[in-house]
Amino acid sequence: MFRKMLGLGLVIALLLGLIPAAQAQEGPVVLRYANFTAGEDRAEELDQIIAAFEAENPNIQIEPYNMPFGDYFTMLQADFAGGEPPDVFELNYENFVAFAANDVLLDLSEYVSADAPYYPQALAAFQYQDKQFALPETFSTVVLFYNKDLFDQAGVAYPTDDWTWADALEAAKAIRALGPDIWGIYSPIQFWEFYKRAAQNNCQFFNEDKTESLINAPECVEALQVMVSLLEEDVMPDPAEQAGVSNSEMFVAGQLGMDLTGIWMMPAYQEAEFNWDIALEPGLARKAYHFFSNGIAVSTTTEHPAEAAAWAQFMTSSQTAVEVRLAADWELPTLNDMSLFESYLALTPPDNREAVFQSLEAPVPPPTIAKQSEMQDIFDELLNAVIAGELDPETALNMAKEQIDPLLAQ
Amino acid sequence: MIGQSSFRRWMWVLFFLMPGLLGLLTFIIGPVIFSLGLTTFEWNLLTPPKFIGFQNFVDLGNDPRFWAALQHTLTYAVLYVPAVFVVAFALALLLNRPLRGRAFFRMAFYVPVVSSWVAVSMMWRWIFNPQYGLLNTLLATVGIQGPAWLFDPNTALYAVVIASVWKDAGFSTVLFLAGLQGIPTEYHEAAQIDGANGWQRLRFITLPLVTPTAFFVLITTLIGSFQVFDQMYLMPVDYAQRGTTVIVQHIVNNAFRYQRMGYAATISWVLFAIIFVITLIQLRLQNRWVYYEQ
Repeated sequence: MFRKMLGLGLVIALLLGLIPAAQAQEGPVVLRYANFTAGEDRAEELDQIIAAFEAENPNIQIEPYNMPFGDYFTMLQADFAGGEPPDVFELNYENFVAFAANDVLLDLSEYVSADAPYYPQALAAFQYQDKQFALPETFSTVVLFYNKDLFDQAGVAYPTDDWTWADALEAAKAIRALGPDIWGIYSPIQFWEFYKRAAQNNCQFFNEDKTESLINAPECVEALQVMVSLLEEDVMPDPAEQAGVSNSEMFVAGQLGMDLTGIWMMPAYQEAEFNWDIALEPGLARKAYHFFSNGIAVSTTTEHPAEAAAWAQFMTSSQTAVEVRLAADWELPTLNDMSLFESYLALTPPDNREAVFQSLEAPVPPPTIAKQSEMQDIFDELLNAVIAGELDPETALNMAKEQIDPLLAQ
Repeated sequence: MIGQSSFRRWMWVLFFLMPGLLGLLTFIIGPVIFSLGLTTFEWNLLTPPKFIGFQNFVDLGNDPRFWAALQHTLTYAVLYVPAVFVVAFALALLLNRPLRGRAFFRMAFYVPVVSSWVAVSMMWRWIFNPQYGLLNTLLATVGIQGPAWLFDPNTALYAVVIASVWKDAGFSTVLFLAGLQGIPTEYHEAAQIDGANGWQRLRFITLPLVTPTAFFVLITTLIGSFQVFDQMYLMPVDYAQRGTTVIVQHIVNNAFRYQRMGYAATISWVLFAIIFVITLIQLRLQNRWVYYEQ
């Protein structure tokens, strides 16, 4: 009886072994494309771009893996750990360095055509040690959204391009005086705001070769002080005063004079029942604006590097991709040709949509190191202690340097 | 089976256990051994693991976040375990009385246990909201300005303890109830005839005889409190999390945010060692207070 069982087990094992052999067959090149920007909402748009690419390249098939952002990097790392990374995949700028530093990205330099219409600064952002390890796909920035009606009520002039934070604070005070539930401005005190405020005050995060943090320099402390002054002057709600109501909800409800947030909020703000517009963010010693970007990379282990690079290029710079994106209001391509964006600029509100592209004149990408998440968590924890009044800006930044320097050494 | 050699019998046993054993080996025992090996490696999942000896343990000693997480976990355990213990025992005593609608109450106190932490967290976040929450509104009616609860790193942990006791007490209540019902009624009757009052019967009959159950409840709630994660992750706002980050959260951060798999495995084993030692001490101490009927 036992022998029979053994025999049966052997037969089953042999049959299982046959399955992969039966599946391997001649056919088009199949590329797995992992991404976090399509999700469920943009799956259709992505399929349109894929269809256009496959029509031009009948020998290539793109297999999209649309994952939620929250799980994306965990899944991607699991794929790498399991030895089966996707051929082509999206990376946001902040995670790009960690991947590039680990030698898992293919150098795309030889595949990118010289006349590719990328915005040069965006292309440069995805270089690491002079190699083009990803192609810039989309960009996003932060602008100053403002409630025109509240400005009128408070009798303050609208923000201009040469505004500094001192001007913003004065306007915020006037608007705050309109009522106990009306707040002047919202500009969160966290890593994503701080890196940029630091740049506006000529504060450098690191020395040239990123072996030491310079974050406790006087110009950095001053930048943080400017952020905290919004709380000290009571023109911005603290977390308890906000009580879980987001700044966007407050803005749409007409309770916020100015909201410093991403251009991705524009569709949601269309429902606001008052007049609003956008302006370039105020500056300190100089102007500096957010530059968030997503790129598309190819893994070194792909069996079809040329085809993978072709898809990466199509997805980031083809006419079809641009048209589909703009029609769906799905993140802006990083292309250096304003004529492509006419349909986007024609939409109102805001009237001053050009500010989105003006921000590209002084973009600051977030500081990146291989241990990115750890650095961000260190900052956010210390900044939270500053919000709570437990640490003053100088002490917090001294502590930040102490904790971040060891991360750079590794 | 009669007449078969014991080897053959065992092969059959093994054969029929195979589906379960394979799962156990692949998904539990294998990873446990793997994670023990991982404690001596640095591994970011992208590149092959690198052997670093006991460096992870040295790093752990110098990691202020680990010590903060340990402190939060201990604070949680010190508040949560006695509270669950007292609430659950009191509820069990009440539910053991012949009161009207007893079946309904027994079910009602168990409903939170089977509810999802996500849903429960949403409810408590609303109750604890400093601006429009139920709790602070009630406190305001008696003239007390309530704290910011989940929005303040200094009070968030206490808010989570309150919600956790509410959610978990029902489970221990059922255990205590079973323990209480296992006490033979003859003992109470005999004591009553001898003139013992209610308090004396509770002190000298109920309490000693319920100690085996109490011991079980103590060990399981202690272990559970060291493994607390869901509610700590879900309830406090980001801003307040630095006052509530517990050990399991530190493990998750290191594994999935910082890509330090070896270090995360190290913390996991240290957590295991802590729980192991505490349970061992409990077992040692049990003959001082746990009374087993012969």
